[in-house]
Amino acid sequence: MDALTIPPVDLGLIAPLLVVVTWATGLLLVDTFFIPVGRKKLTGYLAIAGLVVAGLVGLPLWGVSGSTFGGMVRLDPFALTLTWVFLLIGILSITMSLDYLPRQDIEQGEYYPLIMFAVSGMILLAQGADLIVLFLGIETLSITLYILTGFAYPRLTSEEAAMKYLVLGAFAAGFFVYGIALIFGATGSTRLSEIGAYAADRDLGDTNLTLLLGGAAMVLIAFSFKAALAPFHMWIPDVYQGSPTPVAAFMSVGTKGGALAALVRLLFEALPTLNAYWLPVLAGLTALTMVVGNLGAIAQMDVKRMLAYSSIGHAGYVMLGVMVAGEQRGPEAFIFYILVYALSNLGAFAVLIALEHQGEEAWQLDDFAGLYQRQPLLAVAMAIFMFSLAGVPPTAGFMAKFYALTAAWEGGLPWLALVGVLTSAIAAFFYLRVIIRMFMTEPEGEPAPELNRGLTIDIVVAAAGTIIIGLIPAPIFALVERSAVALGG
Amino acid sequence: MLEPYVPVLILFLIAVFIAVFVITLSALLGPRRSTPRKLAPYESGMDPVGPAIRRIPVKFYVVAMLFIVFDIEVVFFYPFALVFRQLGPAGLVIMGVFFVVLLVGFIYEWKKGALRWE
Amino acid sequence: MVPTSYYVLLSAILFTIGVLGVLLRRNAIVIFMAVELMLNAANLALVAFARERLGVEAQVIVFFVITVAAAEVAVGLALLVAIFRTKRTADVDEVSTLKG
Repeated sequence: MDALTIPPVDLGLIAPLLVVVTWATGLLLVDTFFIPVGRKKLTGYLAIAGLVVAGLVGLPLWGVSGSTFGGMVRLDPFALTLTWVFLLIGILSITMSLDYLPRQDIEQGEYYPLIMFAVSGMILLAQGADLIVLFLGIETLSITLYILTGFAYPRLTSEEAAMKYLVLGAFAAGFFVYGIALIFGATGSTRLSEIGAYAADRDLGDTNLTLLLGGAAMVLIAFSFKAALAPFHMWIPDVYQGSPTPVAAFMSVGTKGGALAALVRLLFEALPTLNAYWLPVLAGLTALTMVVGNLGAIAQMDVKRMLAYSSIGHAGYVMLGVMVAGEQRGPEAFIFYILVYALSNLGAFAVLIALEHQGEEAWQLDDFAGLYQRQPLLAVAMAIFMFSLAGVPPTAGFMAKFYALTAAWEGGLPWLALVGVLTSAIAAFFYLRVIIRMFMTEPEGEPAPELNRGLTIDIVVAAAGTIIIGLIPAPIFALVERSAVALGG
Repeated sequence: MLEPYVPVLILFLIAVFIAVFVITLSALLGPRRSTPRKLAPYESGMDPVGPAIRRIPVKFYVVAMLFIVFDIEVVFFYPFALVFRQLGPAGLVIMGVFFVVLLVGFIYEWKKGALRWE
Repeated sequence: MVPTSYYVLLSAILFTIGVLGVLLRRNAIVIFMAVELMLNAANLALVAFARERLGVEAQVIVFFVITVAAAEVAVGLALLVAIFRTKRTADVDEVSTLKG
């Protein structure tokens, strides 16, 4: 028999991913063998170091475009910028966990490698150019998140949240795989570009068109589950409430960023010719997501659940950029929004962690009463995050929302932009409610919040980032613009 | 096209018919006198010992779980074994990397004591 | 040769049974089995399409799906054991303390 040729592999194109995965695998062993119980913070520091190294390794790749592994994995500025954003998310999440875990008596070394594996899944989603790679990426992200959600074992709420997440996640995975099968049946390929070429080249015929549409619909359902678009969002509030707070923070920005980055590629490389079919459906889902998320948040007296609903609403704003990613502004708005949302939301969750004491959950709105008098700086930081999430100038949240809304407006979805504006107005209500509690009411004898180094760094970085990007957005705009070039086409 | 399967179909129908017929017949005609002895679980004529549904030690779950994962991973070795010669040294290197990843998992669980049977 | 559409039809039926199983059954283990049925229905469709197109690519996908399914079930069983230790039940309806 002839020798089989293995397609040439350029490991340089996946260097950041490779660093994250090997580092995490090594760290798992190092943690087990060398790091004694009670000093697991060291594992956390090593994990942060690994993520930083991965980011640095990515620097020389700027401007490089190419694909490897037989076209299954792609590197372009879009993927690279998202990789950096994901690494930042990972670093911030680990920093806020360093003291949280021992305080909650759930410190175990595996936590940090697991976060790294989740980040690697997100990077894979940004780089994947094949349905299989996307499937593996989304499952790497999800399976690690199931474990992280249940990390507060044996606390029942955490276990229950993990179980719910797992059942729904596995359900979505089933849809994903069946969708892949149908798409493969229609086009004979799982490579995004080949699917796109096949659909564009010839008349598909009724059978194949039905198969392709059915497959695309199932894959979109799976993505909607993972990114929490209404009406597939029901699991979000329960899962966020039950999971350890840093994990909820990581999840809220991580799954959205990863899943929607993959969705951008899927829609505009594999299915651009079916635009007429998916655009109305996704636009409807997006509008529903914005409405449901923001209206749902109003009813919440629990700030953690409120942030969960708000994250659903923000998924809708991110989708504005995703849907018009065919235009130059779309992917720009997408990356920008993910970055800003990551900073503001991780910051807000970090404040929640500061208020959380061992064994008691201080997430009620009343727990924020008079925070300004108890801990002025913390209250100011929280106010910045709330303003940013609400989209009030001069914070970064305003710029991001403005960017996303104009992208949708120019991209031919003016009515959706209008829904976005209206829902942001509603959203301002419940974000401002937190601020009013903090500044306008008297404290009710709550114990002082526990700030520590990791949390302080996190909150300062996030708040500074939110303000600076809000005031001087030009450098980030430039970065984002150059990242979107490759994709815009 | 399906002609060779006709006898199978006939056989299938006969089997179904006999099964249904016999069960219906015995249900209609047979007398029913249940005694405690008759209702007891059948254990080859011995007196039944304990309930039929018993708790299994949860330790089995760990072993079963580890088995599932490693069993499935090994699935990747079968296609590799089939084309081992055609792939040449490059294939060996790739499977080596794969094996190292598996090995890391194995060392981890060993060190964590998941394999200890206490 | 049996036409591909038969296999796809069968896989669609199996997939539907799996979906209904997840939605209607309350025991977590049965739900896992239903999810497994969904994934394997997809595998059946993939293999059928692979045979039609005489390619191995889709068969390779099946391996990956099987692996991922195993990982998912392993985590699921571990969670189930953990929940059972705390709560003594495998019924998903009885495990619902999170409400808003």
